[in-house]
Amino acid sequence: MKNHVWRPLWVALGIVALILLLRQFMAPADFGIHGRNFTYGFHRLSNIDEWRTMPVKYQGKAGCLECHEEQAVAATASRHRDIQCENCHGPALAHPDNPALLPIDRGRDLCLRCHALLPYPTSLRGALKGIEPATHYPEALCSECHNPHKPDQEAP
Amino acid sequence: MASTRRKFLQGSLAGIVTAVIPLSAFRFLSPDQARAAVGEADTRWVFLVDTHKCVGCGLCVAACKRENEIPYEVPVTRTWVERYVVTKDGATHIDSPLGGRDGFVSERVAGQEIDPASISKAFFVPKLCNQCENPACVQVCPVGATYQTRDGVVLVDRSWCIGCGYCIMACPYGVRFFHPVHKVAEKCNFCYHRISQGLTTACVQACPFGARRIGNLKDQDDPVTQTIMTTRVAVLKDEYGTKPQVFYIGLDNEVR
Repeated sequence: MKNHVWRPLWVALGIVALILLLRQFMAPADFGIHGRNFTYGFHRLSNIDEWRTMPVKYQGKAGCLECHEEQAVAATASRHRDIQCENCHGPALAHPDNPALLPIDRGRDLCLRCHALLPYPTSLRGALKGIEPATHYPEALCSECHNPHKPDQEAP
Repeated sequence: MASTRRKFLQGSLAGIVTAVIPLSAFRFLSPDQARAAVGEADTRWVFLVDTHKCVGCGLCVAACKRENEIPYEVPVTRTWVERYVVTKDGATHIDSPLGGRDGFVSERVAGQEIDPASISKAFFVPKLCNQCENPACVQVCPVGATYQTRDGVVLVDRSWCIGCGYCIMACPYGVRFFHPVHKVAEKCNFCYHRISQGLTTACVQACPFGARRIGNLKDQDDPVTQTIMTTRVAVLKDEYGTKPQVFYIGLDNEVR
């Protein structure tokens, strides 16, 4: 072949070689096929551990029971037994060390999530006891009359 | 030029040698490495949603946002709850204010008043990443920043994502969004940090009604697996061929 064919060809090959060389330095060593194939598993392996080591914020009811047995047992015996403590009391991540970090949600909005009356007969929502938020003591906090740990008690 | 036997053999030999030499460029695996590369994982995370049990309280959405550090006031979320109200005239009213973060407290659907007597059926549908067996979002990533783990969860590498947004467009379920703080693609990953250490996901833990459950499809004794195998379940947008792994009990045709 003539020179005018070879010269641009060498330039192109040089660029490819340069890119491959740069890749050696710039791509992390653990970058490769780690899943089931190239299409779905081409990634940086250490990223899996980065995700695994994220802090767990919601600790679960068992952790609350260790110190707050009285409240936890009362709530466990009630109809609210399936509600996690942390749904109202906030995620307990830093709580044992710094109790001030636990913001208790006492707002009406929290109770209304389930107890605002929605007339849906084909959904479990329709079977829950509900109120009309606009007419049922709209200015009061629910906990002034109802104890969320003992919901079966009649309001005074 | 007449072909001789000698020339033919010489030519064949040269051809074989040139064909074999590039093979040395490939990596040869030990039998253990090869087995590890193709071997089946003993975990396949799947999700089971019972739409009969969901009451639309949205505690799952609130817990998810706090657990996974998704800015609370920004209207993006990894999981969300949709409300479907079908009236007797055949119309379907759908809404999901803030993804259901604050629950559903009003009878108004998308700002529209609906007469309770006209409702023929109404229900809530929680949605989250389907962790597809053939994830379209992973196929389109140009830099290898999103991938499927061996246990079936699709993750995003935050330090590698360039934020091009292809995956956000590719997901047929609208699960992905742009993380307002990290400026990369963000998605539900079944709380990978929790399930990897034996905990359940934040949304499953927060749900007081047992509408959400997570399980391992490869474990025949797993109650979620047994439910999926023995009851009638459906998936979303089966026609896309993505093989979604979030199974729904009581899914309606109105749900898309």
